[in-house]
Amino acid sequence: MTSEEPSGVRDIAVVAFAQTDVRRTTDELSEVEMLMPVLHSVLDRTGLKTADMDFTCSGSSDYLAGRAFSFTLALDGVGAWPPISESHVEMDGAWALYEAWTKLLTGDADTALVYSYGKSSPGSVRDVLTRQLDPYYVAPLWPDSVALAALQAQALIDAGDTDEPALAAIGARSRRVATLNSRAQLRGSVPQGDYVVRPLRTGDCPPVGDGAAAVILAAGERARALCSRPAWIRGIDHRIEAHALGVRDLTDSPSTRLAAEKAGAFERPVDTAELHAPFSAQEVVLRKALRLNDSVRVNLSGGALAANPMMAAGLIRIGEAAARIHRGESDRALAHATSGPCLQQNLVAVLEGEPR
Amino acid sequence: MSKEPVAVVGIGQTKHAAARRDVSIAGLVREAARRALDDAELTWADVDAVVIGKAPDFFEGVMMPELYLADALGAVGKPMLRVHTAGSVGGSTALVAANLVAARVHRTVLTLAFEKQSESNAMWGLSLPIPFQQPLLAGAGGFFAPHVRAYMRRSGAPDTVGSLVAYKDRRNALKNPYAHLHEHDITLEKVQSSPMLWDPIRYSETCPSSDGACAMILTDRAGAARAPRPPAWMLGGAMRSEPTLFAGKDAVSPRAGKDCAADVYRQAGVTDPRRDIDAVEMYVPFSWYEPMWLENLGFADEGEGWKLTEAGVTELDGDLPVNMSGGVLSANPIGASGMIRFAEAALQVRGQAGEHQVERARRVLGHAYGGGSQFFSMWLVGAAAPES
Repeated sequence: MTSEEPSGVRDIAVVAFAQTDVRRTTDELSEVEMLMPVLHSVLDRTGLKTADMDFTCSGSSDYLAGRAFSFTLALDGVGAWPPISESHVEMDGAWALYEAWTKLLTGDADTALVYSYGKSSPGSVRDVLTRQLDPYYVAPLWPDSVALAALQAQALIDAGDTDEPALAAIGARSRRVATLNSRAQLRGSVPQGDYVVRPLRTGDCPPVGDGAAAVILAAGERARALCSRPAWIRGIDHRIEAHALGVRDLTDSPSTRLAAEKAGAFERPVDTAELHAPFSAQEVVLRKALRLNDSVRVNLSGGALAANPMMAAGLIRIGEAAARIHRGESDRALAHATSGPCLQQNLVAVLEGEPR
Repeated sequence: MSKEPVAVVGIGQTKHAAARRDVSIAGLVREAARRALDDAELTWADVDAVVIGKAPDFFEGVMMPELYLADALGAVGKPMLRVHTAGSVGGSTALVAANLVAARVHRTVLTLAFEKQSESNAMWGLSLPIPFQQPLLAGAGGFFAPHVRAYMRRSGAPDTVGSLVAYKDRRNALKNPYAHLHEHDITLEKVQSSPMLWDPIRYSETCPSSDGACAMILTDRAGAARAPRPPAWMLGGAMRSEPTLFAGKDAVSPRAGKDCAADVYRQAGVTDPRRDIDAVEMYVPFSWYEPMWLENLGFADEGEGWKLTEAGVTELDGDLPVNMSGGVLSANPIGASGMIRFAEAALQVRGQAGEHQVERARRVLGHAYGGGSQFFSMWLVGAAAPES
């Protein structure tokens, strides 16, 4: 809980998760066509139908779709008839999950469907993301997402927090463990490659890909009825930092640390962490902010270096962490999502399974 | 389980205008936020979280502008959420913020919605070509005009009703210092003789394109007790969505709107909206939507809404005033327009609406819709705290 006072709040859990394969291009599919199988899959896991959902919330980006109100088409795919209680964040689906979680906390809903999706393939995502920057002073210069991440990586190297071989090892490990994740885009032995923007090489950067994910939340007894081992959300919080890179210490992530503290992440050790670190150097920053030592299994899915579908990659982190709890492979897991240049905005969720 | 009651203790708007060239986007939102904080006599440090909304990013050409606006809204180190539900977004944003308080996740939340249409071109933003889809080259008016004609045919309303609404709203706007359009020489004849844009919608029956922002401070019971001015209490709030186009959709009176209103009324204990609600700020971007929504919201039977308008019931001094502020017809910073409806409803029950104040406004409805009449958000606010 993030509130300042203790409250006898209801227990809310992730009870189902589904995701697409993440692929470099999905030219043959519209966003809705990409999303539909995932919605069916997550509903099938619980036996619920769209009409059984008390609340629906989604995350996506008009800029990736290249059109205004792009999420309205996805809503058509959901089948919002009779009309549904529904909302949308122009953010990663992890924040849609946060909105749904607050809705369930009010008691107005017992179940929620959360989904998000993004296709990066139709355009150049490096160029598109420059449109996130200060529109008057920075965006006109078109500094791209890799260049900004390279600034962060160089700052870490200069501070002695890492070096290029260590960064290469992060990329290699991510793709090696991703061999066990059939959904991941880059798996197995991937060459570290040439410099994209020094000191970042291809292997330090996320693959560009398309994908979608969906999660079902349920409260209390509904969760137990829908899932044999619900992933209870013990805490979830998110924080944002200043936008201008010049006023931030890029070697640190105070917003992640604060979100983790508010989410209760430091109260007891976690055994698993799913971090949304699109660039290898960002994993270094996040591990430090989250105080993750070598006993914690980090990004067994391969993380964002193996698959980084925009707008869904954060929700996938929560889904992956929850799925491990569902399967009994984790008892207490941390999931993290990020948004904005150089980890500007960060969300942390702590999930737990009941003792076995 | 019980929810925390939610109170509106601060409201701020910018002066809405065709182009606010004196401020950046950040300057615009900060102007509204500062006024809301001043109204509540709070500082940036008193705000626990920020919830921001706007219509599509293409309207300004800034992708996910909450990232860039974090500093301007004092959100650094705090949670910041960005809501986008098309034209209903201003209302939805307020409801998402209200849920943070109701769920006791946060005690005091700043919620803000904006649009700075002069930074780009909204018609372009809405008209980006999509493969295999019918282009919407006629803009929003071209989309909604056939629905208005369908309403006229179904209800038998005389074709004079739309101009009555526009004439009323533009006169109301003269009493609202924040309204974009202040047409001091407005007459009914001028409205009726303005050019026909999308038959039956005339130029003077359409909303302007505005730059503007609206902000509110929402807080819990303890926060309301400390407020320097009377709070507005949220008595009910809901969102409903339905698909854009499908066989059986009633574009004149969408079921999502009816269901949304019914949910709000249930929460607030409203059994007869016509009797139990004192005034309405509703989302009327084209004049004919006043009689259409009067029916959809349950203030009149089907086919009867236009009679309320024609009889003057919805005038500022009528029995059920509608759009006392001048409404969307007098200022339309799209993403903010829904929140302005919610905020003006709250101003009324706080007795803070100035020259456009309605006497004895104890319970007022704020209403917003968006997309192809498919997204709805509404709240009912009252001068007295909810009983539960």
